[in-house]
Amino acid sequence: MNGVPLAAYLGLSMFMFTTGVVGVIIRRNPIVIFMCIELMLNAVNLAFLSFARYRFATEGHTLAQGMSGPMMVIFVMAVAAAEVAVGLGIIMAIYRLKEEVDVDDLNLIKG
Amino acid sequence: MDWLHSLNPTIQDVLSAFGRAILAIIPIFAPVPFIIWYERRLLSWMQDRIGPNRTGNITFSRTSKVVPGFLRGKKFKLFGLAQSMADGLKLFLKEDIMPDKTDRFLFILAPLIALFVALTLGCTIPYGGDTRFTPVADVNIGLLYILAISSLGAYSTVLAGYSSNNKYSLLGGLRASAQLISYELAMGVSLAAMVMTTGSLKMTDIVNAQAQPLFGEISFLHNWNILTPMGFISAVVFFICMLAETNRPPFDLPEAENELVAGYHTEYSTKRWGLFMMAEYMAMFTFSMVFATVFLGGYQLPIRWDALAPLENSYLMGLVVMLFKGAVGLSVYIWVRATFPRLRYDQLMNLGWRFLLPLAVANLMITATWIFATKVYSPTAGWITGIVLYAILFFVWAMVRHRAKKLEPQYRSRSVNMVSSNRRTVEVVSNKEATS
Amino acid sequence: MKITPELIVFAMLAGPAALGAVGVVASKSAVRSALCLVFNFFLLAFLYFSLNMELLGISQIMVYAGAIMVLFVFVIMLLNPKLLEEKRDLKRPIGLLFGFVLFGLLASQILPATINVDAAPVVNQVGSPQLIGDALFTSYVFPFEVVSILLLVGVVGSVFLAKKRTP
Repeated sequence: MNGVPLAAYLGLSMFMFTTGVVGVIIRRNPIVIFMCIELMLNAVNLAFLSFARYRFATEGHTLAQGMSGPMMVIFVMAVAAAEVAVGLGIIMAIYRLKEEVDVDDLNLIKG
Repeated sequence: MDWLHSLNPTIQDVLSAFGRAILAIIPIFAPVPFIIWYERRLLSWMQDRIGPNRTGNITFSRTSKVVPGFLRGKKFKLFGLAQSMADGLKLFLKEDIMPDKTDRFLFILAPLIALFVALTLGCTIPYGGDTRFTPVADVNIGLLYILAISSLGAYSTVLAGYSSNNKYSLLGGLRASAQLISYELAMGVSLAAMVMTTGSLKMTDIVNAQAQPLFGEISFLHNWNILTPMGFISAVVFFICMLAETNRPPFDLPEAENELVAGYHTEYSTKRWGLFMMAEYMAMFTFSMVFATVFLGGYQLPIRWDALAPLENSYLMGLVVMLFKGAVGLSVYIWVRATFPRLRYDQLMNLGWRFLLPLAVANLMITATWIFATKVYSPTAGWITGIVLYAILFFVWAMVRHRAKKLEPQYRSRSVNMVSSNRRTVEVVSNKEATS
Repeated sequence: MKITPELIVFAMLAGPAALGAVGVVASKSAVRSALCLVFNFFLLAFLYFSLNMELLGISQIMVYAGAIMVLFVFVIMLLNPKLLEEKRDLKRPIGLLFGFVLFGLLASQILPATINVDAAPVVNQVGSPQLIGDALFTSYVFPFEVVSILLLVGVVGSVFLAKKRTP
């Protein structure tokens, strides 16, 4: 949008990313941790798109340059979908095994 | 209208957007009581009963002095049209019960999401050729918008089921989420075939593409998508998915009243239950009109005649035609409800994943080949390729079905013949005998 | 930086989106976290629209809000985990401190450089469905195919994980 500096979009993107990181650190419920990862992915998507709009969609740049941002976002979405399907499957399997899901108690591999 | 043009352009835009939003919402919102009455009457006619036929009848006294002379003894029939108004009034005046131990915020939120989805679903449907009034937003992504908003509808049922803190409701919510996710897929793929034939996601483009002569040859008929082979298959898939998306019989597993009491809205009463019902009927009507826009030529009349062109492009005529097509869609909804028994859960999943999705994908691929052959060689080559591929598809399907029938034992039919064929003696024929 | 009507619209979208992001981390029940995230994604889609990326905005609603988050809610309801009592331990202050430091670092580097960058008129309609489709099936066709294989692997993997194993 005209009249909105790039910094506004990037600021929101940074804020969402930081919130996601904090969530991954402080929460114990693996599903919520998963959601925080999605939040981080979306923060990155927003940054990609705002750069694509503010820099590469304007004069002096080719279409191929401008396309790279949206393309990355599409691939991020596809990868996120696959990741969620597998990740939730793993959480379900763990739940079936241990009847509880708390990441601090999942230390079987620790030996 | 001069004062409007004298305003600031931004304010003009905002005002016109508001106006168009109101024009789009009223045709969906206002008919809801009539739709409910229509469903009850049509259903009772199909089931050989009478249904609500007398609420709102007014008979004036023959002797009273208060009644003016020309009205004395007159009867005014409303055919029960006031029934749903009375029901609505009752719902809004009853005591508002919210069970203890519900998640209050989500409990209130769920019907609002349903209403939001139902109201915003029709934003990209053109109700007429006049672009000043309709659609609300003629965006590049009109068809995807409808898919996206309808996919949000899952939250209303899921949250209602979860927040009620009731096992039946939770089961209903779980069923709803599984069902909606499964059927959205086939729905999207079936619409993708139509997007490919049109070459645009814009709803107005889809309607305009159907304004051509049928197959490019027959000049007195419109090229409605449902009349082309790929469009017909898409329409069948889309219609079944549409039934599932709106939780209507035979796909009403989330609220199956004889298994789950009322499923996700067991704990709801009064206004909130009314909101659910309203949202359901509005979603049905809007989906019927989406079907009409994509497959039945939108606001066009069935006959292609140049003399009718100016009439067709006027807003009011388009609105009337769209509402009529929507009413036809609703009738089919009700007809299906009166005809088919509810599916079992495994049948639902099998239908969605093993029949509709493969069919829609195959249709998409055949459409792509058809378009390729038409563009590279000629329309005749396209027709030959398409029909040969459809024949192969049918053959493969028949073979797979034949083998599947041989390999795995079918679920026995659950029906029991209660009356023997000669109708004299009543005897219960056992399930085994009935199917063998 | 000047206050413009567009900036106000942006703030009306971005402020609730940021609140939604905080809600994901802060709310106690997992379903509410999921709802906050849906809210955030929904508003993010409108921010994408404001960046002229209509196709990506609508796929944001369709893929994230409509499919992925429904899956999340479905799994939460299926597991119905008791509200995990978040123990008040050292993790929380350390995490918050780390977050503040991270945000401060990022902001100090990025914001001063971009505070005056305003949107120039669009010449490449990079968000339009036609151009994205074109690019996806010409220059990006290899990653596209790789992603399709990845999705297939994801489907197979999740079916394998979710299946009950009979010994």
